[in-house]
Amino acid sequence: MSETAGRTGGPHGEPHEAQVIPISRGRSRSDHEPPRDQPDREPPRDRSDHGPRRDPGGGPYASGDDRGLWGDGGDDGDRRLAELLAFLRRRLTGQYEVDEFGFDAELTDKVLLELIRPLYRHWFRVETVGAENVPGDSGALVVANHSGTIPVDALMLQVALHDDHPDRRAIRLLGADLVYRLPLLGHLSRKTGHTLACREDADRLLRKGELVGVFPEGFKGVGKPFSERYRLQRFGRGGFVASAIRAGVPIVPCAIVGAEEIYPKIGDLRFLARALGLPYLPITPLFPWFGPLGLVPLPSKWLIGFGEPIRTDEYAPGDADDPMLVFNLTDQVREVVQQQLNELRLRRGHAFPPFL
Amino acid sequence: MTHTVLVTGVSRHIGARVASVLAADPDIHRVIGVDTVPPPSLSRDGGVPLGRTEFVRVDLRSPDIAQVIAAADIDTVVHVGLVSSPPRSGGRALMKEHNVIGTMQLLGACQRSATVRRVVVRSTTAVYGSSPRDPAVFTEDAEPAEPPVHGYAKDAVEVEGYVRGFARRRRDVTVSMLRFANFMGPGVDSPLTRYFSQPVLPTVLGFDPRLQFVHEDDAVEVLRRMATEDHPGTFNAAGDGVLLLSQCLRRAGLLSVPVPPPAFGLLGDLARSAGLVNFSPEQLRLMCHGRAVDGARLAATLGWRPKFSTGAAFEDFLRTRRPGGGLPAAAMDVLSRMVTR
Repeated sequence: MSETAGRTGGPHGEPHEAQVIPISRGRSRSDHEPPRDQPDREPPRDRSDHGPRRDPGGGPYASGDDRGLWGDGGDDGDRRLAELLAFLRRRLTGQYEVDEFGFDAELTDKVLLELIRPLYRHWFRVETVGAENVPGDSGALVVANHSGTIPVDALMLQVALHDDHPDRRAIRLLGADLVYRLPLLGHLSRKTGHTLACREDADRLLRKGELVGVFPEGFKGVGKPFSERYRLQRFGRGGFVASAIRAGVPIVPCAIVGAEEIYPKIGDLRFLARALGLPYLPITPLFPWFGPLGLVPLPSKWLIGFGEPIRTDEYAPGDADDPMLVFNLTDQVREVVQQQLNELRLRRGHAFPPFL
Repeated sequence: MTHTVLVTGVSRHIGARVASVLAADPDIHRVIGVDTVPPPSLSRDGGVPLGRTEFVRVDLRSPDIAQVIAAADIDTVVHVGLVSSPPRSGGRALMKEHNVIGTMQLLGACQRSATVRRVVVRSTTAVYGSSPRDPAVFTEDAEPAEPPVHGYAKDAVEVEGYVRGFARRRRDVTVSMLRFANFMGPGVDSPLTRYFSQPVLPTVLGFDPRLQFVHEDDAVEVLRRMATEDHPGTFNAAGDGVLLLSQCLRRAGLLSVPVPPPAFGLLGDLARSAGLVNFSPEQLRLMCHGRAVDGARLAATLGWRPKFSTGAAFEDFLRTRRPGGGLPAAAMDVLSRMVTR
């Protein structure tokens, strides 16, 4: 293990050495490997069972099924109909499983992801870069920037890892406790596999070999004004790094470009937010002036990039209690994500192509 | 070594079953059962044959229990006498006295006794409370974000405090504390089983809590092992897995009416005053945020896993309680036959 670390991170994997190398490798990859990435990025769309079979302009998830069910007829139609009925029967009689966190994999795959997929494919036209950096079957911690006033980026990250990762991974995001206090949102969040951002849950998920995702900036990131777009905020207290060290899983830095432009926050109704118990209440060019119409996100172009994993298995689990180490590693991760953000933003170009 | 076991709360279901299992064990010399009321007769619903258990009618809140322990040379005390809902007559104050003062008296008697070697106490996972700021799964060492401040759960927290104090003072006594998830099974009568026995269930609008059950057979087995083997410490006891409330309702084929949280509390009060169901603020919180615990420590210590998962325990409860309720499944079957020919 330490030999490999030596190769990637300089002699004997000294933390400072290890900080620099992954960044440059990540950069060089994105610089001269797009040709190899290009064919890689296309197939997932064909591979996923909704791309070619469905009308690209068609409605949400029912449309594809309908055409299969009622249009084609024949054996295939019968089989799909039987599947649909079996699915409905399972749902109606409660014969499905949820895990101890309340994750309902079937509901997420068959209904909830289908509902947000049109947003992912056609509204934001999300492209995923470097999905191969996310391990296929073992635990890992994805650390991403958070932005967009409303955390749509979390949902898009989930679709990205489900659709564009070869192993169709379900990411288990860690959310703020505000989410779990709210009706509807709290249990929907649990059903889609997310849980409260706390040490116990993070450790438990990572021990089980799950792919865990965190947004260490929290509300500071998602609620920052438009003028500070693509500038990473402080990375919490580094609890996520400590969890990764305890579990010995790699940290995958992730940059999400595009979410900053969906609801440009140009003001904050602080007084009202405090009265409602919210962390902020945004003013955007469309909200609250256009009422509910202001809730429609602007159709910016998105890129989601996953960088070279940062290994933590060279540390002992007890090192998680060494604050200096945790702070250094937190800073390192933050640097890498900021670098990735800058690169991906350049690569994307206009936020609203081809004009703006 | 001859065992003489004292079991509290034998007039209620779990206590009676524990006493009867222990009475059937040839290694145990005597089983003495105590409770404030005599056990129900066998012919009536809920009666469990107690075997050679000797029943002594003692009010736990009085010092009489010390005399029972001294007179019979008790070496193992199994305290399952906590009540989870107020009795019809007496109300909450009596329940609290029974739970907390009763436990204090019992532990006081044990502390004086020279013969007691093992104390097993039934507690509940309700001590973890239920809040949006808690981890999804509680281990025994978890610190609840919002400790319970009402009802049975608060009693259990206080009882646990006294048990820990007793364990500190009598280090020679093996103290096992068992935090059981909600009991589920054909014979269980608890606020939750009564809730699931209603024709139409109110649920809290916008919440779908995770629930966890332990089957009565597993609970009895855990208590039996704890009473006959030395396993000091605190343990969670729950069936594997969780069920969402919505899943429970669908499996039972029951109708639910989502009501906003304030109305839910009001309904609970109304039902309580009508003597129907008893819904405390603690249970309302459970119905919002749910709770799940990690039973790994118990499984590792006993080298045994509960036979019933949470789902299986609930199925077993449904099997005896609601013969109907399969309507959605039947309707779906008819529909699929019709459509697929």
